[in-house]
Amino acid sequence: MSVLVTRQSRRGFLGQMFSAGTLILGAGPLASSAAQSPQPWMPNVFVGIAPNGLVTIIAHRSEMGTGIRTALPMLLAEELEADWKRVKVEQALGNTKYGSQNTDGSCSIRDFVDVIKESGASARLMLERAAAAKWGVPAGEVEARNHEVVHTKSGKKAGFGELVALAAKQPVPKKEELKFKPASAYRYVGKDVPIIDQDDIVAGKGTFGMDARVPGMVYASIERSPVYGGVLKSFDDAAAKQVKGVEGTVVIEGFKPPHNFQALGGVAVIANSTWAAMQGRKKLKVEWDSGKNATFDSAAFKKSLQTTARAPQKVVRNVGNVDAAFSSAAKTIEAEYYVPMLSHAPMEPPVAVADFKDGKVTCWCPTQNPQAVQETVGAALGIKKEDVICHVTLLGGGFGRKSKPDYVAEAALISKKLGKPVKVVWSREDDIRFDFYHTVAAMYMKAGVDQQGKPTAWLQRSVFPSISSTFDASSEYGFDVELGMGLVDTPWAIPNQRAENGPAKNHVRIGWMRAVANIYHAFGVHSFIDELAASAGRDRVEYLLATIGADRKIDFEAEGTKFWNNGQPLDKFPFDTARLRRVIQLAAEKSGWANYKPTKGRALGIAAHRSFLTYVAAVVEVEVDDKGVVRIPRVDLAIDAGQIIHPDRVKAQFEGAAVFGTSIAMMGEITAADGRIQQSNFHNYPVARMNESPMITNVHIVPSNAAHSGVGEPGVPPIAPAITNAIFAATGKRIRELPIKKTKLV
Amino acid sequence: MEIRLNVNGKAVAVDVPPNMPLLWVLRDELDQCGTKFGCGAAQCGACTVHQDGAPIRSCVTPISSVAGKKVTTIEGLSPTGSHPLQLAWQEFDVPQCGYCQAGQIMTAAALLAKNPNPSDADIDSALDGNLCRCGTYLRIRQAVHRAAELMRTQSSNPLRTTAGK
Repeated sequence: MSVLVTRQSRRGFLGQMFSAGTLILGAGPLASSAAQSPQPWMPNVFVGIAPNGLVTIIAHRSEMGTGIRTALPMLLAEELEADWKRVKVEQALGNTKYGSQNTDGSCSIRDFVDVIKESGASARLMLERAAAAKWGVPAGEVEARNHEVVHTKSGKKAGFGELVALAAKQPVPKKEELKFKPASAYRYVGKDVPIIDQDDIVAGKGTFGMDARVPGMVYASIERSPVYGGVLKSFDDAAAKQVKGVEGTVVIEGFKPPHNFQALGGVAVIANSTWAAMQGRKKLKVEWDSGKNATFDSAAFKKSLQTTARAPQKVVRNVGNVDAAFSSAAKTIEAEYYVPMLSHAPMEPPVAVADFKDGKVTCWCPTQNPQAVQETVGAALGIKKEDVICHVTLLGGGFGRKSKPDYVAEAALISKKLGKPVKVVWSREDDIRFDFYHTVAAMYMKAGVDQQGKPTAWLQRSVFPSISSTFDASSEYGFDVELGMGLVDTPWAIPNQRAENGPAKNHVRIGWMRAVANIYHAFGVHSFIDELAASAGRDRVEYLLATIGADRKIDFEAEGTKFWNNGQPLDKFPFDTARLRRVIQLAAEKSGWANYKPTKGRALGIAAHRSFLTYVAAVVEVEVDDKGVVRIPRVDLAIDAGQIIHPDRVKAQFEGAAVFGTSIAMMGEITAADGRIQQSNFHNYPVARMNESPMITNVHIVPSNAAHSGVGEPGVPPIAPAITNAIFAATGKRIRELPIKKTKLV
Repeated sequence: MEIRLNVNGKAVAVDVPPNMPLLWVLRDELDQCGTKFGCGAAQCGACTVHQDGAPIRSCVTPISSVAGKKVTTIEGLSPTGSHPLQLAWQEFDVPQCGYCQAGQIMTAAALLAKNPNPSDADIDSALDGNLCRCGTYLRIRQAVHRAAELMRTQSSNPLRTTAGK
């Protein structure tokens, strides 16, 4: 195995001690080895304790900015009663023994809070029992405190390190024997603990995928078909090979449908530096057979989606009788909404290092899902996934893009052909042109209202190429995950509601981006409810609360609606409209909604959305100047994400979501002509800059004892509709199509 | 062709094509990877370094144009990682993913070197070329103000606990 010749973080990033797999032989406890050797004792796969007292905790989820590489290890240290200063965090290799490592869907805390607490509490109990046995006192009389076990009666103390050999001989406790610390005894959970990589990051020493390198490594830059599904016809690399530093070219075969996470295929230019590879690539002459997607035109496609959305489609939710209610309504109101394709554009473009040797491949990459790397690379190379060793670096942003390891497959395929390690670097142009795009969506909405403007019927239609086309080339309809993100789960107490989903084919790779289908559904739903409020001449917060109605847990089963609920049971994670009401009220209160005096060009807007099991309300203040330039002086976000492990990182995620949502609202748009993506870099795919982002974002966390729910994504969906609702209040202009920059406001 | 320059106080000589951007010389030739590649087109600021104290985008700076010049990267900003900006970044827990932060800090350092007491507008204007996709702008602005304060008062820093460090 190659040795990584990059800076080793003093936190042990990419360290070899545990995660190289030599000590951990399986998921079970290894209770026997430590007694005889100076090796750390590993009571379970997540933690090891060395005889010198150093506690090493495995971070098995990927760090892309959420703070998860700190939060879960910190939680384990908490239950272990370890001293955080004597804890080293080590990043896990891809391995199913940890459970899912797919850092996606805002579920790292939700899915692992119990496992991690149990891992810490179990190790603590074994240490306590070891000390009790050593001192011949009842186990109930000793307790772990700050990296040692104490017996108060006798004043005896023993450090964790001293107890390792004895603890390793203790039987692993049963789950029901474990005792968890009360929240009142927490020394780290709920506190503002800096992320473990912070010192390295501010000193420029963090190791991202872009920074990984191994001895003897060459660099590759890959020319791919500009049209999705295009096939290589011929190429001439003579001029490319003349470029100083270029060593040659390697052809990567095109994918076989469905594309899944396969390499797209193309011609890789191999060189002795990133720059030389990129320069050589510019000299390639390549001919493609572009195939059927060469006619894809996003403007024409938009019209076809809108046409589909205007006609009845597949019913995915049906409550009461919408058509009868429309007939008897005092008034009906219709509107159409449109959200374009978007690109993830993480600051670090896709990049991977792979080293194929003796039938195995070692990869170093910024991935959200190292097990998907193992599967994808294993399939690409025709080797067992266990023979794919995946080191996870820091991710320079992910947002869902780095869940799809096509770029790692490219590096592995090239390394196998060359017989040496290679680093594949995507340019920003590659990143923007070959993304798994957040899909375009066309929505049609219709409501019937009574004399007072109260809605009696709600029809919502959504048409979009589905993420499922990534895994099933014939897919045309949305699947449960997409439908359950704001289409079938509107919170309204409207007696007649119908949701429909129409067919749409994909012409590019479709993927999931931070908040996924909630982005377009929240824009449609929360724009339309604001339109109804305006039509009724009512205060929008009051109207929103009235339409949500009495506090209740929505019984989707009783109404016959198939609702995904993020894959979680409704009894543990109900759709609780009381929690939605509370965040709306809190956001309104904190923003000063009731007493706010809009002036010309300056007003508030609100939107509230439940996603990833978390309730979020956004009140946004906008200022539209006489040139039509929109500024956002202030955002107030009220959130109920259940119990919180790391409040500061939660706040940070929501502050960031306000910016991400601003990019979506104001400027994000990917278009295609002749099958080719028309954007290429930040000059024509802009994302929000400092001076375009909210000047202030206040995050108000509702104290909650509810189960831990999502944090990374749910801040995003309400931002765009809250902005456009505020623009309507400020200017009278209703924006039904994103991005806002396409609408002239004055 | 050998090109000589000074990087973080050390004289270096590199034998690379004269049009190779400083960014790739730093990263691929000199193992100085704190400076990041984000766009290759001076659009995002992740590659910001100082040339004789002024901020430049190293991704579009041919190595030949910095021959004989003094280049400072994030690695050279402070020998101990304790430049007031780095301390303030820690105080406000600015980084999320962290990828853009070296460029943000280098741009901010150049700002503070010529403007010891910047306004919000000064900070926005200096830093609007530095993208952060995670959206840490709020805290960057706060941290720049704090660093300016630290530099003005030259106080040793009474920052937070170092739990977990």
